[in-house]
Amino acid sequence: MPAVFFYIFATIMIASACVVIMARNPVHSVLFLILAFCNGAGLFLLSGAEFLALILIVVYVGAVAVLFLFVVMMLDVDFAELKQGFAEYLPLGVGVGLVVFAELGMVALGWQTSPLAASAAASPIPDNMSNTAALGQILYTKYAVFFEASAMVLLTAMIGAIVLTLHHRPNVKRQSIEEQNSRNAKNVVEIKKVPFRTGV
Amino acid sequence: MDAITTYLSESPVLLALVKSVLLAVVLLIYVAYVILADRKIWAAVQLRRGPNVVGPWGLLQSFADFIKFALKEPVIPDTANKGIFLFAPFIAATLSIATWAVVPVADGWVVGDINVGILYIFAISSLGVYGIIMGGWASNSKYPFLSALRSAAQMVSYEVSIGFVIITVLLCAGSLNLSDIVRAQDTPYGMLGWYWLRLLPMFVIFFVSALAETNRPPFDLVEAESELVAGFMIEYSATPYVLFMLAEYVAITTMCALLTILFFGGWLPPVNMAPFTWVPGVIWFVLKASFFFFFFAMVKAFVPRYRYDQLMRLGWKVFLPISLVMVMIVAAVLQFGPVLAAN
Repeated sequence: MPAVFFYIFATIMIASACVVIMARNPVHSVLFLILAFCNGAGLFLLSGAEFLALILIVVYVGAVAVLFLFVVMMLDVDFAELKQGFAEYLPLGVGVGLVVFAELGMVALGWQTSPLAASAAASPIPDNMSNTAALGQILYTKYAVFFEASAMVLLTAMIGAIVLTLHHRPNVKRQSIEEQNSRNAKNVVEIKKVPFRTGV
Repeated sequence: MDAITTYLSESPVLLALVKSVLLAVVLLIYVAYVILADRKIWAAVQLRRGPNVVGPWGLLQSFADFIKFALKEPVIPDTANKGIFLFAPFIAATLSIATWAVVPVADGWVVGDINVGILYIFAISSLGVYGIIMGGWASNSKYPFLSALRSAAQMVSYEVSIGFVIITVLLCAGSLNLSDIVRAQDTPYGMLGWYWLRLLPMFVIFFVSALAETNRPPFDLVEAESELVAGFMIEYSATPYVLFMLAEYVAITTMCALLTILFFGGWLPPVNMAPFTWVPGVIWFVLKASFFFFFFAMVKAFVPRYRYDQLMRLGWKVFLPISLVMVMIVAAVLQFGPVLAAN
């Protein structure tokens, strides 16, 4: 049974990943990317990593893809313009592609499993501990430094994004909540006696 | 009967299927009455009678509406992206009903009793925004698209504070399993031992965020009829429209159920004494969920709509810092509280 599901998930995942790069419409390719992520989560579930599966959906599908969708829908992609330089860039593109492919091949052929990896794999999660608890325990003890370093990297990225996009433009009407809340009838409403035919 | 139960217990896939179908049918009937209750409460606040013609006291109104919608002709706009246009309501309805697979309505009454139940609900409800985005985009019309963008921004913003609220509850309960979270609230103090009292600020934040997450008034800027005609479903009619409507109300009941489980002790009786403990857990669960729905309906009836920038300010500048600080406080109390008490 798990084998059947594995092949179903894997096939759909690879097929949808191919559609992502082949689809004409960028929105279609984002939707197929989401499908690929969901099937990846299914593969995680099959190997017993339920926490990772759901985190994959929350983080990638829920957040990243929503932002991605925003970008894609806001961009006005002109297909004719995209195809204009096709012949011009073809040799360069093929060259870069070949180099990357050759490098990947070298990595794949020269692959060696570290002797330490076997010992790490030989310590399975104890029966009385859930997947999540085991992951938390190893992240916050053995890999605490790396974990916090990656958190700092993400924080830096977040601050960087805010700094890049934050523009203080003058003459923009903004509501100041404090000012708004501190208003009351006494200092806002003024009753005036208006003389006839002269106005205030 | 015995033969059926033994046959079912031998094939887990069939058993799960039977459970799921049973749950879905009960859920859909409950949602039909939730929609009616919503309209009735709204009407009562405005001194109207509400639906009262179909069946006694209008009890069959939702079913009549359903039949009417199902028999109508679905109109698909000429310029719409037809595949995605028709697929969006199915996504929305399927995902919102799928959430209920892990909700324990009584001790042991759950279709999938998984270890990471709360995370599953969080993940699936974060997918819910795709139904709206796809529907809004595929309609190929300005208003649906604008409201889909609004909805996406709104749901992403409030999901953050919902996530932090869930984390505080998880810290207290020490488990991601929904049944275990309810069992952790089973104290001798009855309803005073449930998390609503211990985590009162988080309970309030969760309730308000749940309103925003399900696009309910006062945060229904997605369907702000004075600005966007009818939101992302302007172009939808007949059955696809019903599916969107259904998805919305099922999401609301899910949020009510989640409030019940996280803060109101799920199926536990409010007082640990004889007449209360005789009532089956599922009745307590439904009563509590309906109690929360009553508040959803009341808020709809008498709170005016927020402006969009105020909505974003509330999510990012008020709820997020408060919930972030509360996560730290709760974690510190859990870690150092016993030490302080011992000294």
